[in-house]
Amino acid sequence: MQIVVIGGGICGSLILRKLSALRNVSAVLVEAKSDLGQGVTKANSAIVHGGYDDPHGTVRAALCVKGNDLFADLCEELNVPFKRTGSLVVARDNPDEIKKLEELLENGKKNGARGLRIIGKDELKKIEPNLSEDYKHALHCSSAGITEPWMIAIAAANIGRMNGARVITGDPVTGCNISDGHVEDIILESGTRITADCVINATGVHYNEVASIFGVVTPPVKLRKGQYILLDKLAGGMIKSIIFPTPSEEGKGKLVLPTVDRGVLLGPTSERLDSYTPDDVATSDKGLRDVIDAADSLVPGISRYNWIIKSFAGLRPDTDERDFFIKADDRVKNFITVGAIRSPGLTAAPAIAELVVDELIPQILEFSAEPKERIVTRLPKTEKINELPFKEIARMIDDDPLHGRIVCQCNEVSEREIINAIREGAKTIDGVKFRTRAGFGRCQGSFCGWRIAQILSRELGIELSEVRLNEKDAWILNGKVRP
Amino acid sequence: MKNTKTDVLVVGGGAGGMAAAVSAAKEGAHVILLEREDAVGGVLNQCIHNGFGLQFYQQELTGPEFSYKLEYELRDKDVHVVCGSYVRYIDFSSNSVYVISPSGAQIITAGAIVIATGARERPFGALLIPGDRPAGIFPAGLAQRYVNLENHLPGNRALILGSGDIGLIMARRLTLEGMEVAAVVERMPYPGGLTRNVVQCLEDFGIPLLLSNTVTRVRGNGRLQSVEVSEVDEQFNPVSGKERSFEVDTLILSAGLIPQVEDYVRDLDTDPVNKGLSVSNTCETNVRGVFAAGNNVAVFDLVDYVAAEGWIAGRHAAFNALGKAHQSQRIPVVRKGMVGVLVPNMVDPNEHLRIYLRLKAPMDKGKVIIRELEIEKSFVYGVPSEMIQLVVNKDKLDRIRDLNKLTVEVLS
Ligand SMILES: Cc1cc2nc3c(=O)[nH]c(=O)nc-3n(C[C@H](O)[C@H](O)[C@H](O)COP(=O)(O)OP(=O)(O)OC[C@H]3O[C@@H](n4cnc5c(N)ncnc54)[C@H](O)[C@@H]3O)c2cc1C
Ligand SMILES: Cc1cc2nc3c(=O)[nH]c(=O)nc-3n(C[C@H](O)[C@H](O)[C@H](O)COP(=O)(O)OP(=O)(O)OC[C@H]3O[C@@H](n4cnc5c(N)ncnc54)[C@H](O)[C@@H]3O)c2cc1C
Repeated sequence: MQIVVIGGGICGSLILRKLSALRNVSAVLVEAKSDLGQGVTKANSAIVHGGYDDPHGTVRAALCVKGNDLFADLCEELNVPFKRTGSLVVARDNPDEIKKLEELLENGKKNGARGLRIIGKDELKKIEPNLSEDYKHALHCSSAGITEPWMIAIAAANIGRMNGARVITGDPVTGCNISDGHVEDIILESGTRITADCVINATGVHYNEVASIFGVVTPPVKLRKGQYILLDKLAGGMIKSIIFPTPSEEGKGKLVLPTVDRGVLLGPTSERLDSYTPDDVATSDKGLRDVIDAADSLVPGISRYNWIIKSFAGLRPDTDERDFFIKADDRVKNFITVGAIRSPGLTAAPAIAELVVDELIPQILEFSAEPKERIVTRLPKTEKINELPFKEIARMIDDDPLHGRIVCQCNEVSEREIINAIREGAKTIDGVKFRTRAGFGRCQGSFCGWRIAQILSRELGIELSEVRLNEKDAWILNGKVRP
Repeated sequence: MKNTKTDVLVVGGGAGGMAAAVSAAKEGAHVILLEREDAVGGVLNQCIHNGFGLQFYQQELTGPEFSYKLEYELRDKDVHVVCGSYVRYIDFSSNSVYVISPSGAQIITAGAIVIATGARERPFGALLIPGDRPAGIFPAGLAQRYVNLENHLPGNRALILGSGDIGLIMARRLTLEGMEVAAVVERMPYPGGLTRNVVQCLEDFGIPLLLSNTVTRVRGNGRLQSVEVSEVDEQFNPVSGKERSFEVDTLILSAGLIPQVEDYVRDLDTDPVNKGLSVSNTCETNVRGVFAAGNNVAVFDLVDYVAAEGWIAGRHAAFNALGKAHQSQRIPVVRKGMVGVLVPNMVDPNEHLRIYLRLKAPMDKGKVIIRELEIEKSFVYGVPSEMIQLVVNKDKLDRIRDLNKLTVEVLS
């Protein structure tokens, strides 16, 4: 039986990983972009939420708490960083905000969220000494943490591949053949046809569009943009936890939080887009200013000019129902949509994968899953020079001098790490960047960009001018100055 | 793992570091110079235009020629140069330097250290320019590297943001190599680079310089498609109705250099205006035996100044390592009036004093005043891009020994 997963974000890749463990399934992942995890999964807050703020009774509340429970093991297996930093929803000394904390606590308990507790100003001050004096109370959630979302997608697809699944990138699904209420095959932009006994639509903000290719109607997506500013590691010392203001109608608010590599992330905004523009991840002057103002009111002085290294935006696939839409279609019998995966989609993703593979697929296909006898469950530890003690690095260089060639000096990334990333599937500057963090630091590739391009050209056997930033038309160089 | 000892260790092999290494060796010190790239030279390697060396070598050289002269001296003085070395960490309490290179990881313990790590370019991300995130946006130095050293052109039609020297030089370079440069955009009401570069790189080629303008948006999915430019008011806010769009596939940023000091700021003091390491007139930082010179102290306009400062740093590092340093005194140097960037930040009255300063804004005429020394030096038409240099002989410094500060002031 062949199951095709469309969309290589965190949801699709984790679904693929589970499918690849089954003996009686041949699994295929099709991703439109040149690499995995470059949709919604690339631009978000990267929080593994505690699960206290999603309204009790919603699908997302249940899957968030379950996903949080699964996260530590998942990241261990995928060799992806995950830090339980804890989160704080901070409140001023006014009854409305204090009441909001109590409501969140109550809701969280109902959801089964772990590690929740309301704390007062002394403890708050101890945890976050740089927090604004305005905040006197907080809901602390010790089970919340941070991760590197795109690496989960990349690593999960890698495991899938090692277990025999096929992963196709850079080739969107554009058509299909359906007969008798069943999808028979799907057609990719390149013309490739793939037979499918079952199709999973996990296409992030594109789920309506893709569902309609199959004649399936899904709740209309309402895009909501979130803009961010990333700060240098130097800002990392200012905070320890994920810091939320008290939430409003618009959502969880603009926060200040650490990133796994010791930087700080500010944002996001929450802006409804009037039309369906799934490629619009442009930032705006007002958005970025709002992010800075909000951050400074939580942690005064954090958004220093010289600490700002980058801004970006992501799109949330929201709906009027404000909940995930994970369903097998009634009319097209072998088609499942994993849609409207808004926040906390990242957190919920491992639970979504279980729901789809362990419950929905067996239901509609009337088959019982048979596990493969031997599968890869763990990715080998990849050595990051940056995280190793000096003695260990010395030993590694003795084995392989390329460990000692530091290409990205802001994040201390060696040529060996870059070559390994390319061998594991990176084909572009961004592919290398998201896997290794080379070019992610304070110089943003001013120093190492050309070296990474050279390594890509050498390892992939292409001309320097054929190296791309990410997608096909994102060319970097325009041929030679002279022959 | 290897443990090595040396008298003087120099981090960074640009003009500042090379000059420091040569002068330290000349004083009889054993010197190791670490450079992270595969060759020494730093930014000189890619500055293939001329305009270097008029003061330090009394002749006009290209960047590579200037570098070559220093490299020759390095060899001549038996400086131990190790390229491809990345300095991971410096333990300033024991002057131990943790180095990673393809030939191994080692700890080098030095009698004295000179830090000459240069500056980096302010990246696009730090500018918070709204819009898409397409390919085709380059810091000028990276574009310069691609064109001059990697033999590749960045695009077809470019707009340049920032009229610093690198931006101006690149406008000319790209034009000469067959790209079209639509304009150079500068948010200040005056150019950021040297006057000679405005004339030779823009005016001679008919490239428009749009002063009091900035980039307000970039567009393009995949590759850059257009850039929106707007006039700005005195607070740099866009003036509505004064926008225009340029169809370009390349945006070159010359938005300033930032001294590379982040790895050391836990131990070494920085100057808030220079954004670089604070040094005295012997180029010593707040930590004894640790010296700094070049663009990581302040962004210098001329390589000649960088090399001269490197030379002083190396000499004093050698004295220090060889036990020949005298007990030094440090009197803080403070700014007044129109003084922006100012080097040094402390003065030891036992040594000559070289002052480098940049004005905060252009001035038709003015004077530099150091009251404590009864110095007054007038100038006509000063601009921030051109540093003003002043040298004070140490004989004159005797009188400030008992003072608690030295004030450098610029008045109109
Ligand atoms: C601003 C913001 C902040 C967020 N913060 C958090 C948070 O802190 N914690 C949390 O838990 N969640 C958070 N989320 C939610 C979380 O990021 C998403 O729910 C999750 O990443 C969705 O993953 P996905 O796999 O469904 O979608 P995606 O990552 O978008 O993956 C879908 C993939 O499908 C591909 N695709 C589309 N069309 C086609 C086609 N025709 N053929 C083939 N492939 C196609 C796309 O290219 C894409 O790669 C946030 C979201 C946003 C926008
Ligand atoms: C485009 C351009 C045009 C210019 N035009 C002129 C001109 O016409 N005339 C003129 O006089 N001046 C000019 N200058 C200025 C002059 O070239 C520079 O000020 C000078 O070369 C800077 O020297 P430096 O040693 O301070 O820095 P750099 O040359 O930047 O050297 C620093 C070195 O340190 C290395 N390094 C950094 N960190 C580490 C580390 N952790 N470990 C090991 N090594 C490290 C770097 O790789 C680099 O080689 C120009 C500069 C530019 C960029």
